[in-house]
Amino acid sequence: MPVTDKFSRTSAICRCVTQLDDTIEMRLTLWVFLMCLFGTVSAAPDGAQLYMTHCATCHGDKGDGGVGVPLSLPAFLESVDDSFLRKTIRLGRPGRVMPAFRALGDAQVDAIVSHIRNWSGKPAPVFPDTPIKGDVQHGKELFASYCAACHGEMGEGGSGTGVTFSRKREQPIIAPALNNPGFLAAASDEMIRYTLQQGRAGTPMRSFLVQGLSEQDINDLVSAIRSMEDSEFTGERPEVTHEEAVIIVESPYTLDETVENLKESLISQNFKLIRTDYLEHGLVEEGQEDKRQVILHFCNFKFLFEALAIDPRVGIFLPCRVTVVERGDKVQVMTINPLYLSSLFNNDDLDEACKEMYGIYSEIIEDATL
Amino acid sequence: MIRKLLVTVLFGLLLHLPPVSAEDVVMARSNLPFPEAMLALQESIRAHGYTVARVQRVDIGLTGMGYKTDKYRIVFAGKLEEIRKLTELAPQLIPYLPPKISIFAEGEQTVLVTVHPKLYAGIAGAAVDPVIFERWANDLQSIFHDVRMAE
Repeated sequence: MPVTDKFSRTSAICRCVTQLDDTIEMRLTLWVFLMCLFGTVSAAPDGAQLYMTHCATCHGDKGDGGVGVPLSLPAFLESVDDSFLRKTIRLGRPGRVMPAFRALGDAQVDAIVSHIRNWSGKPAPVFPDTPIKGDVQHGKELFASYCAACHGEMGEGGSGTGVTFSRKREQPIIAPALNNPGFLAAASDEMIRYTLQQGRAGTPMRSFLVQGLSEQDINDLVSAIRSMEDSEFTGERPEVTHEEAVIIVESPYTLDETVENLKESLISQNFKLIRTDYLEHGLVEEGQEDKRQVILHFCNFKFLFEALAIDPRVGIFLPCRVTVVERGDKVQVMTINPLYLSSLFNNDDLDEACKEMYGIYSEIIEDATL
Repeated sequence: MIRKLLVTVLFGLLLHLPPVSAEDVVMARSNLPFPEAMLALQESIRAHGYTVARVQRVDIGLTGMGYKTDKYRIVFAGKLEEIRKLTELAPQLIPYLPPKISIFAEGEQTVLVTVHPKLYAGIAGAAVDPVIFERWANDLQSIFHDVRMAE
């Protein structure tokens, strides 16, 4: 065989092998990618894991409650359908700590609901959406007599976050806010009627049939509760806030003068100066900190105690502090804006306290920079 | 060929990573009593490469003034270079720095609370590459996971 023939045949074989190799590589790569993608699509969300990530902190690892409702309570699971649970996860309870989990996908919400439902070991009840027509006026009278003591005169619910911070848990649950748009959007009339009829064993909620109300009375109560509904509630996320995240005021004084002014100002506002240090304190060796960033830590313990009673999570605001920063020839006084932060907590009571805090911060800074 | 396969496998694995919680306020509950949970928190913070700058003892001041309270601390932590970079690029973030985690006892359990780092991204605006806050979010998730799982 001529050498050239041998060479061309060998080359042809090599080309074939290379092409074959490319094809195998392409197929193998495609196969691996598809397996990964298929695994992602086909893998059902892990309800237990999602529950632990999003719900367990407030509702307890096993649904025994805490900040939130004891979800594993048999009487609770018997009285709510899956639609109620899904909508509650989606819409939350505006102003009542429970956030709306808008970022979760439908499959993830379903997985969490299944996980919660598994605690009962029973099929979910189904309540028809049929509206119940009762006498609203009579229902309101009954509400004032039978419900307001726990749920509030306007159905605004019990107060607090449910965290047992520095107190004993006297009740397994804080009376829910029946006038809450999230609740009313999630609960059907039939579901509310069932709870009124049966009560919830394990909570202070007793059966109204046992308490002597008639079926018609209960229908009237359902209608009174439904009349609290805000027809404009859409479940859309409200504007978090129009507030700026920080309060920044320029000082006409030098950095040292501004710091001294602030010390005087916060003491005059009944705050105790806890400490003055640099922003980089603890991050760098002592003496090496950037001395153009000075933080004043201060506290009014009565105010702090009251704030923690409203919502123990306020540690995010703590300690009260004002930072004085020198940048070039400017001296600025900065602090967090409590109104901005409070909007993240979904707690109406906290919003009120933060309005007061905003006023105090503003006055302290204004006094120091006049 | 092997390199291509590795890239494909890595991309595929990324599809399987659990999503990071995107709620505004991030919370975790540990079944550990407060002292052990506090220890686990600080260990995990350090293991993730952050420096614990300071621990503010909120409860000490309150009890000192006669108020009844549970154990309550605030842990400030950060990385010096990141903090310096952020204060330079986004001075409006200064009042929020260094980032902090509240930790308090609830009975025999312990609760951790902080804001989601996406909050900082929103305040910092376009001046800062959001990658840093995404990394914080992932580290935060991992740190809270560590404390939850600690025994």
